[in-house]
Amino acid sequence: MALLEVENLQTHFRTPSGINRAVDGVSFHVNEGETLAVVGESGCGKSVTSMSLMRLIPEPPGRIAGAIRFAGKDLLRMSDREMRAIRGNDISMIFQEPMTSLNPVLTVGRQIRETLMIHQGLDKQAAETHAIEMLTLVGIPEPKRRVREYPHQLSGGMRQRVMIAIALACNPKLLIADEPTTALDVTIQAQILKLMLDLKRRVGAAIILITHDLGVVAEIAERVMVMYAGRKVEEAPVAELFRSPRHPYTQGLLGAVPKLGSSLAGTTTRLAEIPGQVPDLRKPIAGCVFAGRCALATDLCRQYAPGLEEKGPGHIAACHYASKGAVAA
Amino acid sequence: MSVPLLQVNDLKKHFPVNKGLFGRQTEFVYAVDGVSFEIARGETLSLVGESGCGKSTVGRAILRLFDVTSGQVVLDGQRIDDAHPSTMRQLRQRIQVVFQDPFSSLNPRMRVRDILAEPIRNFGLAKSATDLETRVTALMDTVRLPREALNRRPHEFSGGQRQRIGIARALAAEPELIVCDEAVSALDVSVKAQIVNLLQDLQREFGLALLFISHDLAIVEHMTHRVAVMYLGKIVEIAPRREIFAAPRHPYTKALLSAVPLPEPGAKRNPIILGGDVPSPINPPKGCRFHTRCPFVFDRCRTEEPHLRSEGEQWVACHLDALPAG
Amino acid sequence: MTDTTVNPQVLPAGLVLAPQLPDILRPVTIRRGFIGFLRSHPTVAIGGVLLLMLVLIAVFAPYLWTVDPTALAPAKRTRAPSAVFWFGTDALGRDIYSRVLFGARVSLTVGLSVAIFASAAGLAIGMVSGFVRWADGILMRFMDGLMSIPPILLAIALMALTRGSVGNVILAITVAEIPRVSRLVRSVVLSLREQPYVDAAVACGTRAPMIIVRHILPNTVAPMLVQATYICASAMITEAILSFIGAGTPPTIPSWGNIMAEGRALWQVKPYIVFFPAAFLSITVLAVNLLGDGLRDALDPRMAKRL
Repeated sequence: MALLEVENLQTHFRTPSGINRAVDGVSFHVNEGETLAVVGESGCGKSVTSMSLMRLIPEPPGRIAGAIRFAGKDLLRMSDREMRAIRGNDISMIFQEPMTSLNPVLTVGRQIRETLMIHQGLDKQAAETHAIEMLTLVGIPEPKRRVREYPHQLSGGMRQRVMIAIALACNPKLLIADEPTTALDVTIQAQILKLMLDLKRRVGAAIILITHDLGVVAEIAERVMVMYAGRKVEEAPVAELFRSPRHPYTQGLLGAVPKLGSSLAGTTTRLAEIPGQVPDLRKPIAGCVFAGRCALATDLCRQYAPGLEEKGPGHIAACHYASKGAVAA
Repeated sequence: MSVPLLQVNDLKKHFPVNKGLFGRQTEFVYAVDGVSFEIARGETLSLVGESGCGKSTVGRAILRLFDVTSGQVVLDGQRIDDAHPSTMRQLRQRIQVVFQDPFSSLNPRMRVRDILAEPIRNFGLAKSATDLETRVTALMDTVRLPREALNRRPHEFSGGQRQRIGIARALAAEPELIVCDEAVSALDVSVKAQIVNLLQDLQREFGLALLFISHDLAIVEHMTHRVAVMYLGKIVEIAPRREIFAAPRHPYTKALLSAVPLPEPGAKRNPIILGGDVPSPINPPKGCRFHTRCPFVFDRCRTEEPHLRSEGEQWVACHLDALPAG
Repeated sequence: MTDTTVNPQVLPAGLVLAPQLPDILRPVTIRRGFIGFLRSHPTVAIGGVLLLMLVLIAVFAPYLWTVDPTALAPAKRTRAPSAVFWFGTDALGRDIYSRVLFGARVSLTVGLSVAIFASAAGLAIGMVSGFVRWADGILMRFMDGLMSIPPILLAIALMALTRGSVGNVILAITVAEIPRVSRLVRSVVLSLREQPYVDAAVACGTRAPMIIVRHILPNTVAPMLVQATYICASAMITEAILSFIGAGTPPTIPSWGNIMAEGRALWQVKPYIVFFPAAFLSITVLAVNLLGDGLRDALDPRMAKRL
């Protein structure tokens, strides 16, 4: 059985200008110790999905429906109390902006300690020792001094390491990383990605990586799910997805990213554009969500939303026209 | 060789920071500390580096959004760093800018028509009201926006469309150089490709020179002719695209390039992972500014500052490079 | 988009369709225009309606079954509210209902005038200190000085220098309110100057006066409007306080503060003399504050950006 099974997740928001169907019928699973990347552009619902998993969506104006089974239990049916025991303990989260997700008036050590004392029932002394161990684990030099420092005394990279330390403090089974390196500089991003790869091997937690950066996906994910306009449009093992994307949106996305070193190979061609704009999610979309921007779209696409179909081993895509079997890359 | 369109000579910009209760102890942020480069007509020069390296400050100094501390900015043989305000206003027509954030770079209370008309009116480019209207509609066609959009306000557009409006405004002045300050960084992947393609088309069509300020190396490689790599207010390497991406010489350039994650799963990479963080530009390290993070640091780097030395068209500021090969 | 429909019978075999999912929220009826705005911002509607009613009362006070508010009637002193004297009469036999209605004129005049004058003066001072670096220090230190004196004390001091009249009350309260507006305008101007669109306008060759008129001023209007409502409310309270302690409107003109002051000695035995003007003052201040809160929510760009 998978560690996390999400079935027909819908997260809608009531807004003055209509109902925003931010996530509309998304199903996926995460196995133990596996890294699943959720890829998509802003507004595709990837962050709302992750917030829904943690039940961090304010209701109202939001509402979540469907099923989120974590280790067999539906998180959506749990009481707030049960949910609090899961957050930060069995499932924890790393956010994009490490400055705003740490409390500026508490020391780093105290913030790690608190998680441990609440969830693991450790006493202050044991929690302190464990906090120092966690800081060592995430590669912070002089951890004994750093536990007594405040977030503003740390650099952006260091703060993200502290966030990871807090997230991993209780040995979570699932770690949700929402754009963990987006706010960081390239060289710092490289440090954090290396750390995440190391920790993946050592800690063994399953990871849901939310990102828009296909480079980061290729670096650490095992399986990738592509989202567009609140739906899942494609899912495949990482190598398969990059080698033979089936959904026209995924193909467009991969074609739109220039590759480093392309000028040397003499392959600097015009970037592939996806014409048009993301649809307005406040208006119901009858057929395929991508039909308005898709070169292959026909009347069939505009009327009947395609379901997810198996297009290859472990490879599913929601497109009426995506071919089955291998396609030439 | 003909006169370059833009010359920047030993540009310095130090921002004062007041410390202490009465602002007596003044320290300086050495945002840009001796930067020189040239841009030829129709050329794209990219300024790359991480946040705080001073690349945006260089762009703003060229636009003269503030006065520089020292150094010269010369446009087509004419100094702009000390130009009189009235002269400057005429010179501004030749250098335009596209900013990063498509949401704050357009005045929310103005219609697109008025946004585009502003530079045309200021520089007296239109002969009549009909000419103005023709120009404004032509600009919309150029950046591939519907003409009806002229009567709408910025909040009715998506990020990509707003960036097109920003580009149209820059083009309205008929400039020779456009400073693109992280112009595509805030955009989504598919929209980014649209804007990159648009910029390339416009450059070809109008023979524009671009100063492309970005931290996204893959986009830079795609767009640029030459690249200048900045670190803590200084250029550490400046070279044509081929040299930078095929054979980077400065250890920082090497690290920067190797740190970019590639969208190819299982690609064999040996990233040079730099330890530590960028030091504060208030107290930049003595000697080579990169010595605190450089994997190849030796004694001379800590005391003596390296200067840009050329090998062909590739200029590098590194002591290691001065050593005999082997 | 074409109007051709695909006949369901000829759907290709083996076509996989997405499952139909129900809507989990009741549909939203989208209202546009003025009514839609009031619906989505009920505080603006409530505050606005209340304030409008009070303005109408003040304007049409002579026609709302009032008598001369200054007419003395020693025989009918301190009557309780009745069918004849709706709000009762005061210690000199004057009709409190008439006095309260006419008193609305003073309060609203003072509130609105102070809001307008303080905003105008504050806007000018704030603009100058936001743009002229050397003037900024001087102006702001002077404003700090003014702000260190409680506005009431400042107004009392200013009133002590002049004769009691509505005009002087307005002037005194305006002076006391100017620092708040100028600080607000200055901070808005400083943050607007950092906006990329202002830099872009500079790069477009726009002259400084045009930048102020076209790019800075229009974007200070919203926060100014909100601030003006709060100033209006606080000016009405200050006016009432000044009149209450005898430093404001002369006793010949009925104002809510005056009426309350005159009823003060009797408030334990004849509470209605104080109650009615106090109630009107509270409702007016509430209405203005509701309007201000609603406008702030409606105009705040951060709130508007959310969803």
